Amino acid sequence: MINIFGRSIRAPSSLTRLIFLAAISVSLMMLDHRGHHLEKIRAGLNVLAYPIQLVAAAPAYVGGAVADFFTTRGTLRADNEKLLAERQMLLAKLQQFDALEAENERLRRMLGSAAQIADKAVAADLVEVSAEPFTRKVVVAKGSQDGVYLGQPVIDANGIMGQVTQVAFNVSRVTLITDAGHAIPVLDNRSGLRALVFGTGDQDTVKIPYLTANADVKEGDLLVSSGMGGTFPPGYPVAQVSKIVNDPNESFLAITAIPAAHLNHGKQVLLIWPGHLAKDGGRAK
Amino acid sequence: MRLGPDGRRRLTFVGTFAIALILAITPFPKWAEAFRPDWVGLVLIYWCLAVPERVSVGTGWLLGMLQDVLYGSLLGSNALAKTLVAYLAVRLHLQIRMFPRWQQAAAVFALLTVNQLLVLWIRGTIGQEPETFSYWTPSVVGGLLWPWLFVILRDLRRRGSIA
Repeated sequence: MINIFGRSIRAPSSLTRLIFLAAISVSLMMLDHRGHHLEKIRAGLNVLAYPIQLVAAAPAYVGGAVADFFTTRGTLRADNEKLLAERQMLLAKLQQFDALEAENERLRRMLGSAAQIADKAVAADLVEVSAEPFTRKVVVAKGSQDGVYLGQPVIDANGIMGQVTQVAFNVSRVTLITDAGHAIPVLDNRSGLRALVFGTGDQDTVKIPYLTANADVKEGDLLVSSGMGGTFPPGYPVAQVSKIVNDPNESFLAITAIPAAHLNHGKQVLLIWPGHLAKDGGRAK
Repeated sequence: MRLGPDGRRRLTFVGTFAIALILAITPFPKWAEAFRPDWVGLVLIYWCLAVPERVSVGTGWLLGMLQDVLYGSLLGSNALAKTLVAYLAVRLHLQIRMFPRWQQAAAVFALLTVNQLLVLWIRGTIGQEPETFSYWTPSVVGGLLWPWLFVILRDLRRRGSIA
C-alpha cells in the first residue's frame, strides 16, 4: 500500500511497472531514432553525465601523466630527432604542394569551378571513455559552444575518422567509420570506381559490399572520400583494400579494407569545416 | 562524519551503482575491451536478488537510461533491457537465492544474455548490429565473475546494514 494525498492505494505490481516502463522505453527509442526529437533532452542529460565521464577518464589521464614523467632523456632526444627529420620531409613536400595548389587553382579557374581544397580545421582532445560495447564511437572535448555541428567530418593526420553524431554544450560524440551503423561514399584512387565503405563494428576493418566480380578493384588500392552526399569533403584517404574474396556462390565480392586513419591511437582529432578557409590561411606556410 | 542507518544505506546503493557506471566507461586497453563485463547489470542483479523490495524495475530503468546517455546509444535501448533483467531477477529471486554458487553464476549468465540479446535485437532493428562473435564474451565473463562479486557486495550490504 502506498499513500498518495491522504488516500491509500495499492502499489502497482512489478509486472505493471515493467509494462509501463517498457512502453516508455519503446516510445523514447522511436522518438530518438525516427525524428531526433530528443537531442535537447540528451544534451541536458549529458551535462549530468559529464562528471561520471570525467571520473572515468581520470585513470587514463593519470596514467598518461605518470608515463610522461618517467619518459627518459634518451627517449625524448630520439623523439626529437625523429620529429625534426619528419618535419624536414614535410617541409620539402610542402614546397611542392604550394606550387601544385597554385597550379590546381589556375586549372580550376580555367574550368570555371570553385572548389576549394583547404578546409578550416580545429584540434580537439579525446575524452578517454569507452562507448557502448561493440560500437565504435569516441567523445571529443568540443561542443556546440565551439561551433561543432551534427554531421561534421572528423579526421586525423592520416585520413577520415568519422563524423559527429551527437553534440552537447562542451562535448560531442563522433561515430567512427568502423561503427556498424556508418557508411561513407568513396572513390578508388586508382580506377575511379565509386563505392560505399561500411563499418563492421570490428576495431580495425571496414567492408565494401555491393561490388560485383567485374569491378575494377585490387588489393592495396587506396580509397578516398568522393564528396558525394555532402557530409565529407572529397579527396581525403579513407581506407586501403586489404583482402578481396570472390566466392562464386555469392553475388557480390567480399572486400575488406583497413582504415587509413589511426582510429585507436593518439589523444587528439581534427574537426574540419569543409570549404571554410581559416583566417590564417588554413595551415602553416 | 557519522551517518545514520538510512544515510549509510543510501550511500551503499548510490556508491555501488556509481562505481558500476564508471567501470562501464573507463577506457581499457584495446585487447581487453571485449572482456569487459556488464558491471551495471551485475550490480543491479545482485541488489534485485538481495533486496527486491528496495531495488527493482524502476531502479533498473533509471540505470539503463543513465547507461544510454553515457554510451550515446539509442535512448531507451539499455533502459528496456535493464528493466526486463530487473523484473526477471525480482521474479526469480527466491529460487536463485537457494541455488549453490556455481548454479547462481549460471542463472546470472542467463540474465546477462537476455540483456544482451534484447540490445542486439534493438540494434539489429536500426541496422547497427555488431558482426563479431565476441559480442557474447561479456556475459560469459560476467557469469564467471559472479561468485567473487557476490562475496564483495554481500560484505558491503552487511556493512551498510541493509537487510
